[in-house]
Amino acid sequence: MKTKMLLAVVTAGVMFAGSVLASTLDDVRARGKLNCIINTGLAGFAAPDDKGNWTGFDVDFCKAVAAATLGDASKVNYTTATGKTRFTKLAAGEGEILSRNTTWTFSRDVDLSQTFIGVNYYDGQGFMVPKSLGVKSAKGLDGASVCIQTGTTTELNLAEYFKGNNIKYNPVPIETNAEAQELYKAGRCDVYTTDASGLYATMMSFDNPSDHMVLPEIVSKEPLGPVVRHGDDQWADIVSWVLRAMMAAEEKGITSKNVKELAAKDNKDKEINRLLGKDPLQGLSKLGLSADWAVNVISQVGNYQESFEKHLFPLTIKRGMNALYRDGGLHYIPPIK
Amino acid sequence: MSEKTYKPGNYPDLPPPPGTVGVYGWIRQNLFSSISNSLLTIISVVLLYYLIDGIIGWFFLDAVFDADSKIACRKIDDGACWAVITRRVGQFVYGFYPEAERWRIDITFLTMFVAFAPLLYPDIPKRKWLLYFSVFYPFFAFVLIMGGYFGLQKIEYSLFGGFMLTVILGVCGIVCSLPLGILLALGRQSNLTVVRTLSVCFIEFMRGVPLITLLFVASSMLNYFLPPGTNFSILVRVIIMFTFFSAAYIAEVIRGGIQAIPKGQYEAADALGMNYWQKTRFITLPQALKISIPGIVNTFIGLYKDTTLVVVIGLLDPLGIGRAALADTKWNGLSTETYLFVALFFFVSCFAMSRYSLWLENKLNTDQK
Repeated sequence: MKTKMLLAVVTAGVMFAGSVLASTLDDVRARGKLNCIINTGLAGFAAPDDKGNWTGFDVDFCKAVAAATLGDASKVNYTTATGKTRFTKLAAGEGEILSRNTTWTFSRDVDLSQTFIGVNYYDGQGFMVPKSLGVKSAKGLDGASVCIQTGTTTELNLAEYFKGNNIKYNPVPIETNAEAQELYKAGRCDVYTTDASGLYATMMSFDNPSDHMVLPEIVSKEPLGPVVRHGDDQWADIVSWVLRAMMAAEEKGITSKNVKELAAKDNKDKEINRLLGKDPLQGLSKLGLSADWAVNVISQVGNYQESFEKHLFPLTIKRGMNALYRDGGLHYIPPIK
Repeated sequence: MSEKTYKPGNYPDLPPPPGTVGVYGWIRQNLFSSISNSLLTIISVVLLYYLIDGIIGWFFLDAVFDADSKIACRKIDDGACWAVITRRVGQFVYGFYPEAERWRIDITFLTMFVAFAPLLYPDIPKRKWLLYFSVFYPFFAFVLIMGGYFGLQKIEYSLFGGFMLTVILGVCGIVCSLPLGILLALGRQSNLTVVRTLSVCFIEFMRGVPLITLLFVASSMLNYFLPPGTNFSILVRVIIMFTFFSAAYIAEVIRGGIQAIPKGQYEAADALGMNYWQKTRFITLPQALKISIPGIVNTFIGLYKDTTLVVVIGLLDPLGIGRAALADTKWNGLSTETYLFVALFFFVSCFAMSRYSLWLENKLNTDQK
């Protein structure tokens, strides 16, 4: 009886799954809301304010996609996910975008059938230690206990780096950033390792930030970016060009303040005209977006720089690798033609 | 000197020597009976003074109850910064439920006591009428909380959080798992092989798997069987898992109760010509349930506290809300205050449950021992 029921459920599921062919964009439009999967709480990237509105660098990207597809940045349902549940939630269709400081790796991209649509933040794994430990380099961490978030790429990096340098360590597995802060403060671990952005955020939360330091070694490449499901190229294009539009806007000096003005007049820089819909791009109808999509994004959310400065500057995070290529960073945007 | 004379045996009791009675006497006897004891007393008092002074100072006297951020708190005073709670109390209670609709949660919560009253207190007046309301209550609560009917705004489950989420998960889990647990316990004792085997399999499977695994199954696995976008709410999936998990434990607790009933009771019931259901209804269950009350309540309290595990699948229960608050750059680092507040909430609700179970035990006590 039970097996029969189970079989019936599975069969029904497979049949339903086969019949869902509507595009992601259509789904979002029909619902009138974008479902976005975000972090349960990471300073600067996603955290609710006192009124219960989610804010942060990753949250801004959800808003930008909503602005581009629905014309209204506020039409987002946020679903929170931990490091372990994020990919299954995306795969299961609980969100159209995973915007949760997720590292782009080969196996996640290929094996888990995800599409990483670009990098919105270049990060790297670092180590934070109390100055009282007297360690100046990660090579001196022999025998240290290390707090590490499970289910993340940092876990693997740590193992590889320490093994490569023949350093012994005791891992202290933890679930969330908040938990790590507590254990680290209580002295349960000598070292906390996670992406450098997270380390600075954690350090800022201490009563005496100057008692701690981030070691100079950055042991991994952590290109963080939004993720969508395999199989809907139109949607992947939309999401990736929203990200590029935000960066292109910074490059061209378009901000939330002047975007309306620039969109109204004929600019000398034809790329601005094309981006802002004055001289609509070819193939925009294939993307399924209206001509003023980028105007909506920039006027309601802002360009890349505005979002970065609003959310990450308070954590004393510098642009560094995340500057545009012309300023010595890594963000290089394909031409808008 | 006028000494009164008494007849033998009528001499009045003399008062005890001064210094052995009253407050003074108690202090002398218990605190200062010897030099070493006196020293210990003095040291303890000094230590207690510093401890209590520190605690009260941190909790109340030096605490800041309203400020814009942690930095603003520290500028005012160096005690606890309760502002993180007072500024976010709405979030702790209702999660992200829209502010304009929160009255719906209030009403559901208050009427819950009305619905539970006839079930929890059998002597309540007009019990019969209240019972009708209890039966009707789940539908009432569902419509009110979820919305989407009668012109009420539909609320997405992803906005649920805070204590409201804990109470929803806890109460649904508790209410559904008790009847299921009773059925499983009876099934396990049944003479019908199929029923017995199924019950045993279910109980052993649920007890043999960690709750956190079941939660991951609820959040991830079930999705693969369901078409994308069905959004068979994660809340419902989690409630089902909680119910199954605690039903398995309840079943075993009740089985213990059933087996504790003397065999004579069954034989007497058989002798009276009762059939199975009569026997269960009038002989077995009333006695078995009474015996199992402490065990049942124990399981319920466990279940209630286990609801915090949902944080690993990304639902924001009070702990999750607390963590999210700590991720706000304004409040980053105030974990002691946040966790203490959440702990207080859980303590109050669990203590209430435990007191109720004591009251019920005393009330049903027929002193057969």
